[in-house]
Amino acid sequence: MEVILFELALTFYFAATIISITELFKSSKITSKLIILLAGIGFILHTINIIYRYGISGYIPITNPHEATSFFTWCIVVLFFILEFRYKVALLSSFIMPIVFLLMISSSMMSREIKPLAPVLQSYWLGIHTFLAFLGNAAFAMSFGIGFMYLVQEHYVKSKRLGGLFERLPSLQTLDEMNYRLITFGFPLFSLAIITGALWAETAWGRYWNWDPREVWSLITWFIYAIVLHARLVAGWRGKRAAVLSIIGFITILIAFFGIKLLKRGLHVFL
Amino acid sequence: MKALVIGLNHKTADVNVREKFAFSGPKLEQGLLALKELPEVQEAIILSTCNRVELYANVKDTQKASESIKTFLSRFHNIERNALENALYIYEDINAARHVFRVASSLDSMVIGEPQILGQLKDAFEIALEKKTTGILLNKLMKKAISVAKRVRTETRIAENAVSISFAAVELAKKIFTDLSKKIFMLLGAGEMAELAAKHLITTGVKEVLVSNRTYERACDLANELKGRAVKFEEFINEMLRTDIVICSTGAPNYILTKSQMQKVMKERKQKQVFIIDISVPRNIDPEINKIDNVYLYNIDDLQEVVDTNLFERKKEAEKAERIVDEEVETFLKWQLSLDSVPTIKALREKAEEIKKEELIKLLNKLPGIGEKEKEAIEYMANAIVNKLIHPPTAALKESLEDKELLSAVIKKLYGINGEMSEKE
Repeated sequence: MEVILFELALTFYFAATIISITELFKSSKITSKLIILLAGIGFILHTINIIYRYGISGYIPITNPHEATSFFTWCIVVLFFILEFRYKVALLSSFIMPIVFLLMISSSMMSREIKPLAPVLQSYWLGIHTFLAFLGNAAFAMSFGIGFMYLVQEHYVKSKRLGGLFERLPSLQTLDEMNYRLITFGFPLFSLAIITGALWAETAWGRYWNWDPREVWSLITWFIYAIVLHARLVAGWRGKRAAVLSIIGFITILIAFFGIKLLKRGLHVFL
Repeated sequence: MKALVIGLNHKTADVNVREKFAFSGPKLEQGLLALKELPEVQEAIILSTCNRVELYANVKDTQKASESIKTFLSRFHNIERNALENALYIYEDINAARHVFRVASSLDSMVIGEPQILGQLKDAFEIALEKKTTGILLNKLMKKAISVAKRVRTETRIAENAVSISFAAVELAKKIFTDLSKKIFMLLGAGEMAELAAKHLITTGVKEVLVSNRTYERACDLANELKGRAVKFEEFINEMLRTDIVICSTGAPNYILTKSQMQKVMKERKQKQVFIIDISVPRNIDPEINKIDNVYLYNIDDLQEVVDTNLFERKKEAEKAERIVDEEVETFLKWQLSLDSVPTIKALREKAEEIKKEELIKLLNKLPGIGEKEKEAIEYMANAIVNKLIHPPTAALKESLEDKELLSAVIKKLYGINGEMSEKE
């Protein structure tokens, strides 16, 4: 049952992704609504899947790579819907849904086995720390997509070639402000995730900071976003530079997330 | 019953000719009523805009009516008859319908896809309705023209891209800034074209307008006109710290804003986006400025290129629109032809009704004892037979595009209908 739910959600996300890519070439009101409908059904199935898995295991399903990637994707979809309904950003789905699909497909390729919870994870910090981290990272993922949209639109305006997506992409200022808002939303959550992680580490391993690879990469990510915010406030680093930094930031998140899993080293080895 | 269009437009007559023919203000109503009074004209509408003057009429004989309308035009505007001939075009019947549909869809406009013409056509129709100078043909023609124009607008992208320099500038500004009403705009210099672009930008709504010019008095005058604030020319760079959109056309022979100056400005304004349009020739703003982050500089050639690309797009869309017009002309033609058959259809129906009535009376007289229910059943059957019998000839009359007159004559002969009687009705 749990597998079927996951596969169905993946299928709906896949359909929404395909249509949102065709949307780049030709858009219509019907396809835009269809994307939301398909992604919406996918999201509902995905949510039921997470709840179902929680029901089986008895703990929040974010304790292995499959679960973590799936939950991370779920957070991105939540933010996608919030932005879609609140701001109605044209073509947003074309830039976000492919990320959603790629994360889901990678999650589907990981082991879905439900094991008893490792003693180190048996803590109330599990829910708090990981939820904060994932929601913060989801905001960064959205800012990655928006940053990409900014670079595309900036290219059109700067090079004075106004064909293609120029007409349909939002204004540079809208994209820039949205990018900034997402980072200001994600950064405090991510900071709290690091703090709660340190507190948890102290109770689990007796040390606040262990210099394990995930911790190091998280710190790098934190610094990158701190630079984005600081440079914006002090030197006015906005527009293209902010967009590029938000793209780099998300790449470090992906390295922290997947790269370290491949290394199979460090204390976060369960993820 | 035939549609006739007599008119002139920007393609056939210069502005000095067009203004002589214009029906402006009260002249329009006078002209409309006088046109309707002509014995050859049964219905009339006059469309008079700065680019065209067109008279639409419902006439019986197009030849006679066009002569009569030409004479009317020359008398009304006091222009020699000969002077008219070269400027006027005449469209009859199906071509008249096609022309009106093309005008409404702005396929015949100077700028294809411009939206004003539909409004002007609606106004002309409104006045004609008010003055009761229209009837079945022109009412249908106008309503159809309006619906064709709407169809063209929804099914093609004919009006989507800006096709004038000032529109292109505004469209670009909207792709850089979210809300122009929160932006500060500065006009540098007082060139005519820049002023025009500035006016267009201001009508879309900006927060504040600044005007700077070498001659301060001129800046003050223009600032007054644009409801803005004049800025001394030496201070314009300072004002750029808070200005978001600049249109520049100073007539200076050199750059008045260099890359290093702009870099300083950007640093001070914390890299907030700036859109600069340099309309001056020779250019007044160093083109290198476009390389600075968050600065978007367009010169007159860049904007012209945008306009040209958009015009090319519009031409492609116009081809689609022409196909829509063709389709609609055909449906209009069908309607018009079905109208010609109305007298025959009416006479046929009357004849059938008459026979039915006579036979029903005869039959019911022979059956004195039957009840109401049976009577109703017999009448129902008689109606059904009549309807089924006259349906095929009626449908043939409505649908046939060719040989309609022949078909009409045959039906009249077969059913013994008096042709003249029915024509009168």
